Amino acid sequence: MTAIQTSGDGTTPGPRQLGDEVAIEMIGVHKWFGEFHVLRDINLTVHRGERIVVCGPSGSGKSTLIRCINRLEEHQKGKIIVDGTELTGNLKNIEVVRREVGMVFQHFNLFPHLTVLENCTLAPIWVKKVPKAEAEATAMHYLERVRIPEQAKKYPGQLSGGQQQRVAIARALCMNPKVMLFDEPTSALDPEMVKEVLDTMVSLAETGMTMLVVTHEMGFAKSVADRVIFMDQGEVVEQNEPEEFFSNPRSERTKLFLSQILSH
Amino acid sequence: MAIDTRKAGTEAQGPRASLLNDPKFRALAYQILVVGAIVAIGWYLVSNTLNNLARQNIATGFGFMDREASFAISESLIDYSPASNYGRAFVVGLLNTLKASLLGIVLATILGTIVGISRLSSNWLVARLATVYVETVRNIPLLLQLFLWYGVVTESLPHPRQALSPVEGVFLSNRGFLLPAPVADPAWLWAIGAFFVGIALAVAVKVWADRRQAATGWQFPTLRFNLLLILGLPVLAWMLAGAPTVMEVPELRGFNFVGGISLSPEFAAILIGLVVYTASFIAEIVRSGILAVNYGQSEAGLALGLQRSQVLRLVVLPQSLRVIVPPMTSQYLNLTKNSSLAVAIGYPDVVSIANTTMNQTGQAIEGVALIMAVYLTISLAISLFMNWYNKHIALVER
Amino acid sequence: MAQDTGVGSRSVERPPVLSAGPLGWLRANLFSTWYNALLTIVILWVLLQIVPPMADWLVLSAQWGEGSQEACRAAGGACWSFIDEKWRFIVFGTFPSDQHWRPTIAILLIIGLLFVSSNRNFWSPWLGLVWVVGMGLVFGILYGGFLGLSFVPNTLWGGLPLTLVLSVVGLAVAFPFAVLLALGRRSDLPFIRAMCVGFIELIRGVPLISILFMASVMFPLFLPTGVTIDKLLRAQIGFILFAAAYQAEVVRGGLQAIPKGQYEAADGLGLSYWQKTSKIILPQALSIVIPPMVNTFISFFKDTSLVIIIGLFDLMSTAKAALTDPAWRGFYREAYIFIGLIYFAFCFFMSRYSQWLETSLNRSRRH
Repeated sequence: MTAIQTSGDGTTPGPRQLGDEVAIEMIGVHKWFGEFHVLRDINLTVHRGERIVVCGPSGSGKSTLIRCINRLEEHQKGKIIVDGTELTGNLKNIEVVRREVGMVFQHFNLFPHLTVLENCTLAPIWVKKVPKAEAEATAMHYLERVRIPEQAKKYPGQLSGGQQQRVAIARALCMNPKVMLFDEPTSALDPEMVKEVLDTMVSLAETGMTMLVVTHEMGFAKSVADRVIFMDQGEVVEQNEPEEFFSNPRSERTKLFLSQILSH
Repeated sequence: MAIDTRKAGTEAQGPRASLLNDPKFRALAYQILVVGAIVAIGWYLVSNTLNNLARQNIATGFGFMDREASFAISESLIDYSPASNYGRAFVVGLLNTLKASLLGIVLATILGTIVGISRLSSNWLVARLATVYVETVRNIPLLLQLFLWYGVVTESLPHPRQALSPVEGVFLSNRGFLLPAPVADPAWLWAIGAFFVGIALAVAVKVWADRRQAATGWQFPTLRFNLLLILGLPVLAWMLAGAPTVMEVPELRGFNFVGGISLSPEFAAILIGLVVYTASFIAEIVRSGILAVNYGQSEAGLALGLQRSQVLRLVVLPQSLRVIVPPMTSQYLNLTKNSSLAVAIGYPDVVSIANTTMNQTGQAIEGVALIMAVYLTISLAISLFMNWYNKHIALVER
Repeated sequence: MAQDTGVGSRSVERPPVLSAGPLGWLRANLFSTWYNALLTIVILWVLLQIVPPMADWLVLSAQWGEGSQEACRAAGGACWSFIDEKWRFIVFGTFPSDQHWRPTIAILLIIGLLFVSSNRNFWSPWLGLVWVVGMGLVFGILYGGFLGLSFVPNTLWGGLPLTLVLSVVGLAVAFPFAVLLALGRRSDLPFIRAMCVGFIELIRGVPLISILFMASVMFPLFLPTGVTIDKLLRAQIGFILFAAAYQAEVVRGGLQAIPKGQYEAADGLGLSYWQKTSKIILPQALSIVIPPMVNTFISFFKDTSLVIIIGLFDLMSTAKAALTDPAWRGFYREAYIFIGLIYFAFCFFMSRYSQWLETSLNRSRRH
């Protein structure tokens, strides 16, 4: 882990040196919603410490892809292995994987009936069986990391969108996950709040966390990602390191997408 | 009406006009007019009423409550005979109303919750059946359903001699439902005592388990253990007291049954009718309460690694209950008010007793006033509780 | 979903058999887990126990068309001959039997009025006039006493026309009172507010039946000596009081849904209270409350059945009365199914209409 951290801040061009350890492996994954084919033959290997940005037009299956990784969606064909555990119908395996994988949603999904602190301690107390005082200490630690410890006793409804999303990140981190999934974390935010959330994500990236981020924030992709994956119509069309991806896209569909998204 | 108060107010005018255009004066004038009109109408009606009463020689006041009622009441929770006074008859009726309402509320909640959840079931057949139930029952008058149930009990069930007996000791006939009753024995008292001890212990266990979990993170299966405690302790007490199994089984003697616990056809019909009808409304409340919690909430819970049952208990239910409880209470109130339809099938509830009293004594005003007072007290108590509860659970928003 | 022409060029792979097609449907909807499968099987078994005997009773073994009660009892199924014999009495009550075309027209008129009112293109103040004229015609044709029509006192009215008249008139007359009560409850004037709250909560806190008792036994005492009012009118007044309180709460819901900005804008324009209320607030509030208003009407329509307890001859009472004929004793199921279907038809269509209206109003409001 430490090796990765230092190499991440090294010379700008070229891929960072990543460990050989595989965090997530997807082999020939297919998924249908009814008759609609949302994921077509996805093959993807994510190494430990790797930061991946998934982009693509809406409806391309990118959200579904990362939601398959903690089985909020069930794939119908192929194999998904997270940290050595294969996702099947086995509930035990699903529990194991969900403990190791944190997720941040587009609409925050904070629990409105619990305070910020209770949001953060709920899962550690009930899933990891951590004593309350310890869970609260951990929660405060992460709330400080996302720079809102003073809001701990408030309810989510009293916070701004950006603050809520940072709480959501802290809530996921409280489980000490090995992988973090971000499903369009800034899409539901007012423009002036995007930066505070992205900053939090950048600082998280600096700790060497394995991250899969679905986002349209291309600036974030350029500065943080080790690899950018472009999806269209359920397929991985192209993947490359950000430098190459943005300057020299190979597929026509990628070019079209980039021209649309970068034109503003 | 078309006078513009603002414009008139700014212009310098005589004192008379400005008084008319003074909003405070206007407000007062309006109110005096309306209150005056209502008092006048009220006085007119009251004086007419007093005239009429005097002319028909009807005494006013509640003095009649001490007089002998001299009518029989078919079922009563307390001692009552035709020699008792009207006041006692009212109490009997009130208790019967409360009996039907409370039992009805408990059963309707259970049935309604089951149906409401069924409507959301992933099983197509279950969801369809629940929908058909709700749509049918909601769209037919309760009174008609009561008549139908009463008809089923009194006309379609056989005479006591050919009573249906689906389970040993249980008899269904047109004279009502009969269930076996345990023969009096101290063991039963012990069991009842143990039940309450079980509840007290369960509370203690809950407090202990919560503290323990907060301190060490160690989880205790509180729910399962407490269920075992509350149900198991009475059984244990009963067994230690010698496990008496003698039951008084209803027995056919002559034309009817003797012994056991009996539910009159009237009570059975009103209970079934109220439960079936109200459950269809409760089902819709439960369904919308569950739907009101965004699915994202469950997903967030699952993504954190909580089990499905934990997501339900810790995330979904606390939020749905906030949506469900207020309309649920108004359904409870409706059920209580609807229990007054008992008068139509002859179940002696408070309205039915008041009706008989009014017919016998001619004291219509007092009778109607008593009915209204009873229901208003219940309504007021429930709404006070609701206001307190709503304040207690409201979600904090900015 | 952003689908474009790209899909056609690729081979279309179908989902695995178990997740699509009829088999997939069965698996997903009936047999998704072991307990769902068990549930499905148990329910199918129960349905198999109930539905065939019921269908047999309702249709196959039933006695249809004209027939005697002996034939009915011999057949063992439902006795639709009873309905065949009694339907006129159940639907029209004791209205002179050679004049049954009159209540028929009254029923059709009321249904027509409801139908016209359900069309949003006709929503205008003129609709009120149409209702006044329409209901005038209904009462004219029921009472008679002109143009050679014989006079029929309302004590002879009964059945469906009575049920419809009670509910429609009750609701229509109560409506203006309801609006005033709702405005009063939100008024700044403390006495007026207190009185409106008191009235609304009093009526809503007691069962309808106690209001009907009040109407039937107390109203005569309220009137000066020598003045009497007939039973139907007394019940009608009771219903109006009841409906006004419940509708007032619905209207209040609509008033509360109007954004504060609307009130402020109207005040800013210098409108007086009544101008503001009638031109700005009420038009918006009332269009919001129409769907819940229809729901109030449904429960109100069902509640008219309670007049049986104070001895009026509505649909429920005529059905009960038909059952007292000693020649046709015990066919209560047939009678109740028959009127149950009538009630259901009205309530079901109205509730569907209110759902449809709600979605269509929501849609038009968003654009």
